[in-house]
Amino acid sequence: MTLVRHHGGAVILFTFIVALVLTIIPLPEWGRYLRPDWAGLVLIYWCLALPDRVGVSSGWLLGLAVDLLTGSLLGQHAMSMALVAYLTLKFHQRVRLFPIWQQALTVLVLLMLHQLLALWISRMIGRPGVPWFFWAPSLLGMLIWPPVYAALRTLRRGFRVV
Amino acid sequence: MALSAVLMVMDHKYRSLETVRATLSMVIYPIQMLVEVPSTVSDWFSESLATRRHLQEENDSLRTKLFMQKVQMQKLSALEAENIRLRELLDSSFEVGEKVLIAELLSVNLDPYQHQILINKGQLDGIYPGQPLLDADGVFGQIVHAGPYTSTAVLITDTSHAIPIQVNRNGLRTIALGSGTINRLDLPYIPNNADVKAGDLLVTSGLGGHFPPGYPVAVVSAVQHDPGRTFSRVAATPLAHLNRSREVLLVWPGKTSILEAVEPPPGEEVPAAGADADARDAAAKSMEVTP
Repeated sequence: MTLVRHHGGAVILFTFIVALVLTIIPLPEWGRYLRPDWAGLVLIYWCLALPDRVGVSSGWLLGLAVDLLTGSLLGQHAMSMALVAYLTLKFHQRVRLFPIWQQALTVLVLLMLHQLLALWISRMIGRPGVPWFFWAPSLLGMLIWPPVYAALRTLRRGFRVV
Repeated sequence: MALSAVLMVMDHKYRSLETVRATLSMVIYPIQMLVEVPSTVSDWFSESLATRRHLQEENDSLRTKLFMQKVQMQKLSALEAENIRLRELLDSSFEVGEKVLIAELLSVNLDPYQHQILINKGQLDGIYPGQPLLDADGVFGQIVHAGPYTSTAVLITDTSHAIPIQVNRNGLRTIALGSGTINRLDLPYIPNNADVKAGDLLVTSGLGGHFPPGYPVAVVSAVQHDPGRTFSRVAATPLAHLNRSREVLLVWPGKTSILEAVEPPPGEEVPAAGADADARDAAAKSMEVTP
């Protein structure tokens, strides 16, 4: 229980909406396969920064929005996002103290887990296998984690979101 | 967790979530519109800033095209009349006109591993799941989810899609499956001794009741006979510009055709995949009698 009153919910919502817009914004053909998982990155950040505000249920709702936007099976992203949120919450105290490159590695593991679950589900419903660059978005996610982290932290401190 | 598992199973197996999906798509509609804004603005700018000369040139070329097509139409109407007369002799009904609606693709990217598109028409325009989609050159795909304002369509090249077709030259009926590659369809059920050549035009057969008969789908690009297999390996190139078209045509198929009259008409609420499976069975049956 925190004694400080929560505020800045609008900022959190805004970052989630920006992430969702980036999820479906049109890219050239080669870029479509490299699109990092923006929603996942933003979710991981808020779960690390404000674990008492953003958690499994926010992750689930965000995942459901991604499902609707990308036309995937309803509940697929919801499930994996909820899992990502759960794991981040579980280890948030440890991950927060990591140096940034180690954090990025953790993010890589979380994002790959997210993709693995997606792959598993799509194979279960009879979709074909994927090429090796299926995993590229996770690697890209790891590489852009430091700037994303810095940007969101600036935003959080600037608007005093607690 | 459990809730999402239940959701997934229900969405995949029973398609009972169409109303839920439609309602929820209202919530995400603003996000889709937000993404659409830049391309709308740039379209508007390029149209309003076009020079007079450019417009005149475009006007001229369009006028020529219209004239050419009018000439072709004259011939077509004569042929159509003749066709109807001949069918009357055979005692079968034939409906030529079909209700159509033009829809525009929204410029959003969906899952890159599924061939799906989003269009700017929805249930409020009378769109229903399973409705066929065409572009200027051929069959495009069919609607899978219809929201109130937007709907999602699956392209004919998606791996989950199958379309009943026939070879225009000799009427051989078969199924074209999506390959997952944007410029290829697979025809896996063609016997080794069947008469199919590269360059053959494939048109919709109308079996299955989802697609209206007679629309061009693809052109056979390669036929590979393998004596060790029952079926030959046939690939076809879709005629529709699946990754380039900005406008698509939604069709409300006419009541009857000579082919569908034989088949029991399936209900409209039958899910797309089921209907395709029915069509596959039907074509498999028909293939047994084909030499």
